[in-house]
Amino acid sequence: METVIERIEQGRFWQFHGGIHPPEMKFLTTNKPIRTVSLPQRLVLPIQQHIGEAGELIVKPGDYVLKGQPLTKTTVPLAVPIHAPTSGTIASIENHIIAHPSGLNEMSVILMPDGEDRWRERHIVENYSQLDKNTLVEKIANAGIAGMGGAGFPTHIKVNTKAKIDFLIINAAECEPYITADDLLMREHAASVIEGIKILDKILEPAFILIGIEDNKPEAIDALNHEIKQFDKIKLCVVPTKYPTGGEKQLIKILTGKEVPSGVLPSSLGIVMQNVGTCHAIAEAVISDTPLIKRVVTVTGQALEKPQNVWALLGTPIEHLLQECQYPQQQKRHIIMGGPMMGFSLPNTQVPVVKTTNCILAPSEKEIPDANQEIECIRCGQCAEVCPAQLLPQELQWHAKAKDSEQLTKLNLFDCIECGACAYVCPSHIPLVHYYRVSKAEIRQQKLLDIKAEKAKQRFEARKARLERDKKAREEKHKKAAEARRARMNSGTEEANKEKSAVAAALARVQAKKAQQSGVQANTTNDDKKSQVADAIARAKAKKAGQSAPNGDAGDDKKQQVAAAIARAKAKKLAAKEQANDDSAEENINAVETKPTSAQDDKKARVAAAVARAKAKKLAAQEQPSDVGTDDTGKSPETISSTAEDAKKARIAAAVAKAKAKKLAANTESDDQRTEGEAEASTKDKDDVMAEAIVEPPQETSTSTQDDKKARIAAAVAKAKAKKLAANTGSDDQRTEGEAEASTKDKAEVTAEAVVEPMQETSTSAQDDKKARIAAAVAKAKAKKQAANADTDVKQVEGEAKASTKDKTNVTAEADVEAAGETSTSAQDDKKARIAAAVAKAKAKKLAEKAQKDNQTS
Amino acid sequence: MAYWIASSPHNHIQDKTSALMRLVIYATIPGIIAQWYFFGWGNLIQIGLATVTALIAEFLVLSLREKNIKEQLFDGSAILTAVLIGISIPALAPWWVSVLGALFAIAIVKQLYGGLGHNPFNPAMAAYVMLLISFPVQMTLWQPPLSLMHHQLDFVNTLSVIFTNFTLDGYSVEQLRTHIDGFTMATPLDTVKTALTMGKTVEEAMTSPVIGEYFSVGWQWINAAFLLGGFVLIYKKAISWVTPASFLASIFVCSFIAFMVSPDTNTSTMFHWFSGATMLGAFFILTDPVSGATSVKGRIVFAALAGFLVFIIRKYGGYPDAVAFAVLLCNMAAPLIDQFTRPRTYGHQ
Amino acid sequence: MTVLIAILVVGLISLAFGALLGFASVKFKVEGDPLAEQIDAILPQTQCGQCGYPGCKPYADAVANGEAINKCAPGGDDTIKKIADLMGVEPIAMDEAHETDNTPKVAFIIEEDCIGCTKCIQACPVDAIIGTTKQMHTIIADECTGCDLCVAPCPVDCIEMRPIPQTTRNWQWDLANIPVTQID
Repeated sequence: METVIERIEQGRFWQFHGGIHPPEMKFLTTNKPIRTVSLPQRLVLPIQQHIGEAGELIVKPGDYVLKGQPLTKTTVPLAVPIHAPTSGTIASIENHIIAHPSGLNEMSVILMPDGEDRWRERHIVENYSQLDKNTLVEKIANAGIAGMGGAGFPTHIKVNTKAKIDFLIINAAECEPYITADDLLMREHAASVIEGIKILDKILEPAFILIGIEDNKPEAIDALNHEIKQFDKIKLCVVPTKYPTGGEKQLIKILTGKEVPSGVLPSSLGIVMQNVGTCHAIAEAVISDTPLIKRVVTVTGQALEKPQNVWALLGTPIEHLLQECQYPQQQKRHIIMGGPMMGFSLPNTQVPVVKTTNCILAPSEKEIPDANQEIECIRCGQCAEVCPAQLLPQELQWHAKAKDSEQLTKLNLFDCIECGACAYVCPSHIPLVHYYRVSKAEIRQQKLLDIKAEKAKQRFEARKARLERDKKAREEKHKKAAEARRARMNSGTEEANKEKSAVAAALARVQAKKAQQSGVQANTTNDDKKSQVADAIARAKAKKAGQSAPNGDAGDDKKQQVAAAIARAKAKKLAAKEQANDDSAEENINAVETKPTSAQDDKKARVAAAVARAKAKKLAAQEQPSDVGTDDTGKSPETISSTAEDAKKARIAAAVAKAKAKKLAANTESDDQRTEGEAEASTKDKDDVMAEAIVEPPQETSTSTQDDKKARIAAAVAKAKAKKLAANTGSDDQRTEGEAEASTKDKAEVTAEAVVEPMQETSTSAQDDKKARIAAAVAKAKAKKQAANADTDVKQVEGEAKASTKDKTNVTAEADVEAAGETSTSAQDDKKARIAAAVAKAKAKKLAEKAQKDNQTS
Repeated sequence: MAYWIASSPHNHIQDKTSALMRLVIYATIPGIIAQWYFFGWGNLIQIGLATVTALIAEFLVLSLREKNIKEQLFDGSAILTAVLIGISIPALAPWWVSVLGALFAIAIVKQLYGGLGHNPFNPAMAAYVMLLISFPVQMTLWQPPLSLMHHQLDFVNTLSVIFTNFTLDGYSVEQLRTHIDGFTMATPLDTVKTALTMGKTVEEAMTSPVIGEYFSVGWQWINAAFLLGGFVLIYKKAISWVTPASFLASIFVCSFIAFMVSPDTNTSTMFHWFSGATMLGAFFILTDPVSGATSVKGRIVFAALAGFLVFIIRKYGGYPDAVAFAVLLCNMAAPLIDQFTRPRTYGHQ
Repeated sequence: MTVLIAILVVGLISLAFGALLGFASVKFKVEGDPLAEQIDAILPQTQCGQCGYPGCKPYADAVANGEAINKCAPGGDDTIKKIADLMGVEPIAMDEAHETDNTPKVAFIIEEDCIGCTKCIQACPVDAIIGTTKQMHTIIADECTGCDLCVAPCPVDCIEMRPIPQTTRNWQWDLANIPVTQID
């Protein structure tokens, strides 16, 4: 270490590789003092202006704040608070464009200054040397100080290192060719800067303090020399001017000859570096209790009439500073925040000054011309010669273009400090740094994704293991229960006999049912599809009516009502449907009382249908568990006893259904209105949307809860389908009616039926449930696609038709899942269900194709 | 009013690749003038032919590849290639030699590999080697310097020879090359090589009229002129000094050792430096960035290898000069050299 | 006779080398990742089931056993390319049936509509939804893989897939898409 100091005292320094000498443009602002600008009309304070986490907001719109009052508080170590730069009112807290190359918006506090500039209460510290380390660090943290050189790393974290510090390096190099903010600060506030350095000295207790400054700032060097005369510990190191001397790693190399190993903080080498601006802010914070609310900003560039360094309050919009420095109206605005080598261009001038803003550059077009056209790399190698990190920029560029992240990592892309020296010298004008930035962002993103994927995999595996465990436990339980029952039945008691007879009765019922079903099927095989459906409906109807009719328990009256409503709705809907299809098979629905409904009522009917549907679903949901209960006690399934929970569920379902119905009604209503308003000729519109979820809760010996679930799912599926279909037809009509001048007759008949008959199953596994759901989802998706198809077709046709348009789209999607019959064959059931779904799918497709063809030909 | 969005750095040196190429072309002028002085109009005509062909070929391929013709046609790289071909081809070679050479260099060696920046071989040297292998007779038709010829060769006669193989007076190239004593004169390198294979010593070979007072008549001055152009390029920072320095040092060391071992069968170091295409290769061909190594260390290795190969091929190879072969072999080795001469990144071991 | 000797010698040599090779293959056997594991590592682990398999691992197993490599919708062409590289086959275009918009999304529960049915919780392959019966559910956005599987089971359609918003943290230096205000 002595040798380092010896060398420094002799004025000999090390060198870093490469570096460039861009034209010095500091003369624009070096000869003028720092000016204080007028108060802007509003201040925009992004709540995060540093690297790390944002603080927590502690003010709300409308609050009056005093100058220096904190606006956010810190809850995590990496957070840094922000403070009100002047007194005023919080106008709003909103997303505002921030000082970031992306030009994205982030949460900001908008402060309206009242012009009084009233301070909060401050506690001036006369003698900071009496304060202990922790108090000092706390003061720095509370003052919201983050590295002011450009990166914005929280200062209190950086100075609170446990490592033993040999060198505290103060970065006063300021190597960017335009910026003079630190230069002016050192000239005008050298004493304060040195005070700040001494505070850091007290906190870090380094062996030596080195101030690294480039030899192009003679006045600042004089000012500092004057201040540090009596301190032997502080060494002023005047280093040759070369870009990027101000880079942390480069300055460390120049002053100490050490290289910071890749991916390691300098503190591991016993080195901490701070910017002069930060030192000044620390002195202000500790001595005069002034948080970081303003900073020196170099407003420069040949486009400005009065380029100058200014004291800008944080949050001052750039527009205000440009006006102060007389920025003329220009056709093409090129405004850069930061220096010309590492700054970023701004998409508008509402961007606020933040803690890291050291320069606003408004160059003339001659000064910094538009980027030249990039041409092919000729491998001249000049980039590698100037790279201060000794990378191979051209090879990196090829791999970046090829998105070869492996090679990029191998070539140490992440050691690139993005200084821009390579792109500066490139004769082919390749924006090398931009390629590196994009690649870095992509690689980082990919790493995050990889981590996320790994986590997802672990969670998935954990879940699978859990499900497996649960399943085993359930099977175990079932087995035990079955054994217990068998034991009971074999015991020969009266109860056991009763149970036996109940089972026998159930079996008989099952057989009867089967016979009946096969009969029905024999009848309907020759009938058309419609009548088949009608038949199924009728069956359900009859059954439901039968179920609810003899039910006279006082507690069940709600259910009765519901059942009655269903019956009514069913009837109505059926009637509506029948009208549409004249070929109704009356003998199949003779169990139902049919009320004739007029054609105009179809809207009403539809709404009713929706309500009924929802109700049916709910009922089904309720009935299943009650079935389980009744069967177990050996009673007939007609008696339904519902628990309080069921009632609640029912209410929720009803509410949902109602909402759905309302929406549907609204849709159709608005359609009709439009139709009437615009159609000049007679318009006849018939929309038949029928979705029926008919659930037949059969008489089983013991149904597991899965059946219940299945039924509910089926109902939900049917509902969703109906909704979508309704929406589709609705929009169709809209378009049709809007353009049709002649009479338009549009019939979109969409019938989606999910008939789920879970019958006679003794034990259904959870797998069945899943399969059924998949099948339902498939059917749903198909129906959706079809509807979309029909939709577009109709649009095409309607768009051109000026004469009468007659369009009939019949889309029938039927997901007919009949898991019937067998007593304990889940695998077969499952297969059947799948086949049925596939058949329904195929049918739907065919129909859709036909409809399409029809439309095209018409 | 619009805002201008760009990525940093925003300022930039205003040098361009085309300017660099142009500078290199200008730097060949002293050498070309020397060639003109000693060999007449031949090479100038060859350069003209090659340039026109190269530009036409470049235009055709660029338009086929749907590239920006305006930008790329005049970026100077095609013209530079053509100039180098024109310089290396024997002054009195038939017209189709340079046309074929330029066509091959541009269309196949350069554009077929992806255009500027993507060609693994130096186009001019690849074309030269192709011509040398395909048309050995035409490619070794180097005439003696004008001062040694007994026929006057003015511009019109040269043109006539190039296009018709005969001067206006009806002399063929062979006749033009024949010395007044009745033997055909070749280049100094050729002369020495022939003499050595015939069992003569170097000293005896050096008595040939084409060698003249120092190393060779004409050729030494042409090499000196290219050296001058090279210094201009180094001064202008268009090329780095390491490549030519390493190349010339390598040749010097190799030939010095050989000369020390057996002065009778090896020519002197200066003869190697100032004959053939040594200086042209050192400053104008090996410094081609596209087909060379990139890092400083890599360039030193690359050029040293080239120098070694030049010496070996000149001494043991079948052809008298070796720069073109050496350059091509080194081009092949360049990626490997790059691989092993990567600099240590800051902060890495 | 000489012919016989020649045949014998060549035969012996080949026998010896064959034995050597066989020995080497047993002795220096590299216990590499089984193919399915390697494929699984490439897959994006969304567990979305869009490939037709109930999760990424099952699909990886299927690919290792000859299933088409172009069925992973969230992975997109990148994943196809990687699998193709791994398996030494030509990359093929994304299967049309599995083609989806694969901008990264995250599920979002419209909380006022949630009825607390727990269906989405059962559907979620990575347990990224918290909630219990008749209590409002919510998504752990950090754990959500955007697989879309919870959207379908929801009886009240209160789950939607929202694209992940762009912030300064995940911005990819896309300068062309910076909104530039035009003032006249």
